[in-house]
Amino acid sequence: MKLNTPTSPFIHAPITVTGVMMRVILALIPGVAAYVWFFGYGIAVNMVLAALTAVISEAVILRLRQRPLRPYLTDCSALLTALLLALAIPPIVPWWVPVIGTLFAIVIAKHLYGGLGYNPFNPAMIGYVVLLVSFPVEMTSWIPINTFSEHSLNLFESIRFSLFGQLPAGVTIDAITSATPLDTLKMHLAQGNTVSEIRAQLGLDEETSRLLSVIPIFGAIGGKGWEWVSGGFLIGGLWLLYLRIISWHIPVAMLGAMALLTGLFSLINPGHYAPPLFHLFSGAVMLGAFFIATDPVTAAASPRGRLVYGAGIGVLAFVIRAWGGYPDSIAFAVLLMNMLVPLIDQHLRPRVFGHDR
Amino acid sequence: MSGPADPIRLPPEPPPKPRLWRFSGGVSPPYNKTMSSVHETTVARLPARLILPLHQHIGEAADPLVKVGDQVLKGQQIARANGYVSAPVHAPTSGRITSIAEYPIPHPSGLSALCIVVDSDGRDQWRERAPLGDQFAALEPSALRNVIREAGIVGLGGAGFPTYIKLNPGHDKVIDTLVVNGVECEPYITCDDRLMRERPSDIIQGLIIARHALQARQCLIAIEENKPEAIEAMRRAIEGLENFAVVPVPTLYPQGDAKRLIKTLTGKEVPSNGLSMQIGVVVVNVGTAAAIYRAIYHDEPLISRYTTITGTAVAAPRNLEVLIGTPIRELLEQCAADSSDLGELIMGGPMMGFALQSIDLPVIKTTNCLLALARSKQPPAPTVMPCIRCGACMDACPVNLMPQQMYWHAKAKDFEKTQEYNLFDCIECGCCSYVCPSHLPLVQYYRYAKGEIWTAEREREKADLARTRHESRQARLEREKAEKEARRKAKQAAMPQDMGQQGREAKQAEIQAAMDRARQRRDEAIARVQHQREPTPPASAAAPDGSRPDDDHQT
Repeated sequence: MKLNTPTSPFIHAPITVTGVMMRVILALIPGVAAYVWFFGYGIAVNMVLAALTAVISEAVILRLRQRPLRPYLTDCSALLTALLLALAIPPIVPWWVPVIGTLFAIVIAKHLYGGLGYNPFNPAMIGYVVLLVSFPVEMTSWIPINTFSEHSLNLFESIRFSLFGQLPAGVTIDAITSATPLDTLKMHLAQGNTVSEIRAQLGLDEETSRLLSVIPIFGAIGGKGWEWVSGGFLIGGLWLLYLRIISWHIPVAMLGAMALLTGLFSLINPGHYAPPLFHLFSGAVMLGAFFIATDPVTAAASPRGRLVYGAGIGVLAFVIRAWGGYPDSIAFAVLLMNMLVPLIDQHLRPRVFGHDR
Repeated sequence: MSGPADPIRLPPEPPPKPRLWRFSGGVSPPYNKTMSSVHETTVARLPARLILPLHQHIGEAADPLVKVGDQVLKGQQIARANGYVSAPVHAPTSGRITSIAEYPIPHPSGLSALCIVVDSDGRDQWRERAPLGDQFAALEPSALRNVIREAGIVGLGGAGFPTYIKLNPGHDKVIDTLVVNGVECEPYITCDDRLMRERPSDIIQGLIIARHALQARQCLIAIEENKPEAIEAMRRAIEGLENFAVVPVPTLYPQGDAKRLIKTLTGKEVPSNGLSMQIGVVVVNVGTAAAIYRAIYHDEPLISRYTTITGTAVAAPRNLEVLIGTPIRELLEQCAADSSDLGELIMGGPMMGFALQSIDLPVIKTTNCLLALARSKQPPAPTVMPCIRCGACMDACPVNLMPQQMYWHAKAKDFEKTQEYNLFDCIECGCCSYVCPSHLPLVQYYRYAKGEIWTAEREREKADLARTRHESRQARLEREKAEKEARRKAKQAAMPQDMGQQGREAKQAEIQAAMDRARQRRDEAIARVQHQREPTPPASAAAPDGSRPDDDHQT
């Protein structure tokens, strides 16, 4: 009797690509829940549209590339890309915004480069940047938290707006949208106000705000509502760290670099630079640090490389926020550092056991 | 007994907790050890036929000392060590030599090699034995090593390196620490655990001998924390011995790899490509230590060992004391294995062992475990996905390599790059493959790359040899030409400078030169043709006295 002779090792840890991707998707739940709680169902509609687009386009491309459908569709990587992209898009946008973004991410940024594992740039961020430069109006129309919107859309109204562009009678798009906290800060800083003035005026408690009829954009730490969303992503990220799905190097380096720079500049000129906690809990920093910069395919590999890569994102994100033309900057920072990954991997290798260097 | 002046013997103090270091990486697979470790070791039945490969160790195969039909006694040397790195083979029982021929041997290649087959006579009759006993202490280390060499002792932990070489660090090296490896970090294997529990004093006696041979200062017995009974047994066995310590080490695969273990115990790293002796450490396995004791105190060569028979196909997993050469089939039967449901049979552990092609192969000196996996209980083969560069392999690598980069380069057949990423530091422990979410057979890629590099190196050596041969032949032809020219010149110079004959002389010289040139051209043409056909020198290149110039063969 001849036996099978595979090669060692003969056992395997209970882990699969699907398992990794699914855990990352599950880790999004706290942040998404906070998002829906504060900003309504628009984000959920976008997530569903992006997910459907991702699965369908992935299937079509796999068929065209003559790759097996089942393993690649069930690996959930396209789904994750779509969800991350949807989270970067404003909640109230027409349906074609998430659809075009996802198509670009999956077809061009992922599959034209060779599919899973081969894309040099983060597909979700490519999709986001394409949308941002192509549809600046749609991509910068954000909404305030539910309790301060003139009208907060329910699920049905969100779907109707997304698909048909129809709003409930008497509600205009301008009435329900507003700038993000980061955008507002940038605008007011340009007008010569100091950080504390801006935050005091636009961060009053709810009752005073109502009396003065201003929308309270700023909360205790970051933007109102946004700080809770960021907190949700932080919790999900810590869970991923605990599961060792991601390593600590990239988030710690990225958040550390940002905290250090924002701390330094807000110490030197507190009127013009917001403090570290404000930056860390505003915009896409937490989502970026734990879910986007840690995308294994496009990040640096070695521990030292990951530190450099993460710190680079933190530095670039701060530079663009402080002096660049865009209020937030995570996508650009991530894509710029993606370009450096081959160089980082080439030069920052770990010291091999028994070697001097 | 002791007089009042004698110091009172105090109970031994609990040993101070020594400082330990941590190597990076490692994995914690399910260990599955208790299924076999809870049972006491039993002696396997004497088989009717034993198959003894002549190559059971690292180094040269042994040379047979017997012929077919010879009667042999238990413990009789039947094959002698062939060269420095080699080990002899002994008859595990008394009987008759029935065959000396090629048989399949347990080896990753699945190839056959020369084996001596002994048919047991059932009497299990020993040859005459003359144990050294305590006299070993009077022996020179070199004489002691020779006894160990003649006993055929090789590393029983798995690699099978001849032990006497390990005990010979050379004059220029001082060995500070003798490390005893009782770590046994691979899942399923429990033979060292059982040996430490059942025969701790054998191991310690063997260590005292090995320490004497090495003149080592201290002796550290490293045992993974998941073997508390073994730790306890060994602690009791070293009571009262100075400079002996039992060191429990963290349970983490591959803690038992010698270089990782040395790092854990001493904080020192054995240089890449180097030997542990260079940093004053020698590591021996507990089984090897016990074998040394048997050789010195009982004059028993290495003819048996503890082997774990376990796995999902085995109904009664346990350890057996087996004679080297016992067919695996008989051991599986004794442990109630279901051969009809046998999917894979692995020699060694599930991380670094290798799959055997048949259950009719024999146990060899390095067979620490036979892992029989039931086909019906094997998980379905996973789908291999592309590398997602997650770096899990890198975090798991105990050598601090970048497995995913090596994988990309091996896949692209860029072997130079794999070496740049220190491919040859890879110990093939399997941690990277174990954790890979894409289920890539990473270790297999590294073995493939190593194989290709070795093949290319052999080819290059061959080509180099041919080139040097060609160059030396060219040099010889040049030299001969120059000598001929010099002779001609000398002849010309020796001729009388007669004015009247000058014209004729000159003409003759010209003719001579033309003839020389023609002959040279012919010689060269012949040489070229000959060289293309075969690298040996052509007949025309033979020296005048008929002997061939030997410079062709000096390379």
